[in-house]
Amino acid sequence: MTDAQRDGSEEYEGYGEGAEEGAAVVPVQGGPGSGGPPGEPGGSEDGGSAHGGSGNDHRVNYGSGNGGSVNDGGDGDGMQGGPGGPGGGPGGGSASSGSVGGDGEPPRIPMPRASVEDTGRPLPELDASESRPVPLVLEHRVLKALLGAWALAACSAEETEAVEEHLGECGACADEALRLRGAVGLLHPVEPLDLDPGLRTRVLTGSFDRRPPRIPVPEWATPYDAETARLDALLQDIGDAEWHAPVRLRWFDGEGPTSRRTTVAGVIAHLLTVDGLVAAALGLDDPLAGEVDKPATPASRTEAYWRASYFPPTRSIRAPWREQSHDIVRTVSFTGGTTGRLAVSYGDFELPLHDAMLDRAFECWVHAEDIADAVDYPYEPPSPRYLNRMIDLAARTLPAVLAERRRHGLASPGGGRSLRLEIEGHGGGEWLIPLDSLGAVGSAEREVAHIALDGVEFCHLAAEHVSPEDAAAGQLGDRGAIRDVLFATASLSRM
Amino acid sequence: MATKDAPPRWDRKMQQRLARGEAAALGELYDRFGSLVHSLAHRVLGDETAADGITREVFAHVWEHPDTYDPKQGPLRSWVAALTHRLAVQRLRATETAALAQGGQGTTEELERKVRRASVAARADYIVTSMPAPLRAALELAYFQRRDYRQTAVDLGVTEDEARRRLRLGLQLLSTAHDAGAPPGAGGGA
Repeated sequence: MTDAQRDGSEEYEGYGEGAEEGAAVVPVQGGPGSGGPPGEPGGSEDGGSAHGGSGNDHRVNYGSGNGGSVNDGGDGDGMQGGPGGPGGGPGGGSASSGSVGGDGEPPRIPMPRASVEDTGRPLPELDASESRPVPLVLEHRVLKALLGAWALAACSAEETEAVEEHLGECGACADEALRLRGAVGLLHPVEPLDLDPGLRTRVLTGSFDRRPPRIPVPEWATPYDAETARLDALLQDIGDAEWHAPVRLRWFDGEGPTSRRTTVAGVIAHLLTVDGLVAAALGLDDPLAGEVDKPATPASRTEAYWRASYFPPTRSIRAPWREQSHDIVRTVSFTGGTTGRLAVSYGDFELPLHDAMLDRAFECWVHAEDIADAVDYPYEPPSPRYLNRMIDLAARTLPAVLAERRRHGLASPGGGRSLRLEIEGHGGGEWLIPLDSLGAVGSAEREVAHIALDGVEFCHLAAEHVSPEDAAAGQLGDRGAIRDVLFATASLSRM
Repeated sequence: MATKDAPPRWDRKMQQRLARGEAAALGELYDRFGSLVHSLAHRVLGDETAADGITREVFAHVWEHPDTYDPKQGPLRSWVAALTHRLAVQRLRATETAALAQGGQGTTEELERKVRRASVAARADYIVTSMPAPLRAALELAYFQRRDYRQTAVDLGVTEDEARRRLRLGLQLLSTAHDAGAPPGAGGGA
């Protein structure tokens, strides 16, 4: 091939993509109706016959239409009458048999190959030609387009051979081939790197040491900030299918455990709607804004959200959940000083904003564990500092829960008693729980019982992930009081 | 997962919030780019602790000097990646030089080769995560799933011609990782 020819074919943009495709894959000529005269291989490249021929049985005549530019120009008969050869027949004869049946010249027409996947049609019988490999002749333009596939070893043996032969003759393609092969070497499987969840906190504190923030995140909002970030990192790692893994939400309904079945995406929808209570209190958009009769409790809000969408939630729920949690953290940063005591309504009770944020951090962790269990990922408890505050919130809430249970006859009456709650492990501490009066302060003198248990175990109890009967608690003293506190802790859980 | 393209508005707003000293903004920045920064640093340094250190340094730098980012020069993501790349390569060269000075094995040439290899590898990673998704998907099938280009075309629901085009273009973009001096991601926005 002369340079002029090579360049010519390369620059012949007029063919565009369609023509290239025609040259490479679409059957040309040889259809029953288009079996043109053997003398015009070049003419077959125009789109018309390429597309018109797609009804053919014998496909993929790579050589066709290349006649002029590929075969050393002179011996026009090198093309064996090209595709025209078989075309002259009834159309059933395959290209290769046509070429092989030539006059002993090295066959230049490739056999049909592989492209049957395109059409779903069965390949014609090729047994005759399959037995002997037929070198492929392609033009520069086609070979160049193949370089990426070649570098990735993603083309047929015949194409590979044709490309490699071409590389010996064409400096430009050889250069590109080398570069692309080099690029393949840069591909590597992505090793999933588990980012240390503690790194976020270290990054933030390190930065704030260097330049103290003018608008800090209030201290009571940092557990929520950290826990939502941790859950989001878990969600980033899970696959599409895992979003539909079944999850059972568990909580303690007065006297006993109860549960509700949903999916990973359903859990995030649950977090979105209940976090929405905080968002609404801050004046942000309520994710349930569309509901006419806006339900007030976490459970009814969640059910309403699940009901409202016809399709079960998918991973698309992640973005609105994350956006809302970011917005909450941002908003409390700006208004923190004044809103800390703002009341957040949970329907049948209220929490001051700073406790509500702690409660949402706790729920976020608990449900992140549910999700991690469902998709079989490891998940660590919160950092000791945050765990301690979550336990403290539970301990502070217990007197009210005990009073409520007593009103319903679910806890025993008494007077001025205290129970020592000793939490072991990271984030632990000691709390004296006044059992009989809401306003009272726990008193060591009136201590009637002592419970000792691990911090994470205590939180699991408060989340109904372990039952009061099964909680591994060291117990000393008044059995009734101990039972009351364990059950009250379990009934802190809700949907 | 590649972060979906952030609109320039997000970049500008983020810069303003950082400049204002809003702590929550740095948290959001980390949530968006933390894993990118850490994985690039890890690719260069091959060490978890060192990658943690670079990650802390990158975010501290952005927090201290948010004004060094110019939204007109391109997306925040590329800027953060370029910063990470620079700091990580610096760190690698420094540790390797120190090791060499203390009688470690090897020559300066080997050191430079090693630094360059690590640098190219990290740039390539970034290009892969930043290239248009259709190109990445084609490479994914052809390279990792060992599909030939015809199967790739079928899997992607495109013509064979298009499959060949994507494989070639994807590799062309990737090959720019070798072009020293170019910021990571140059050519990644095709």
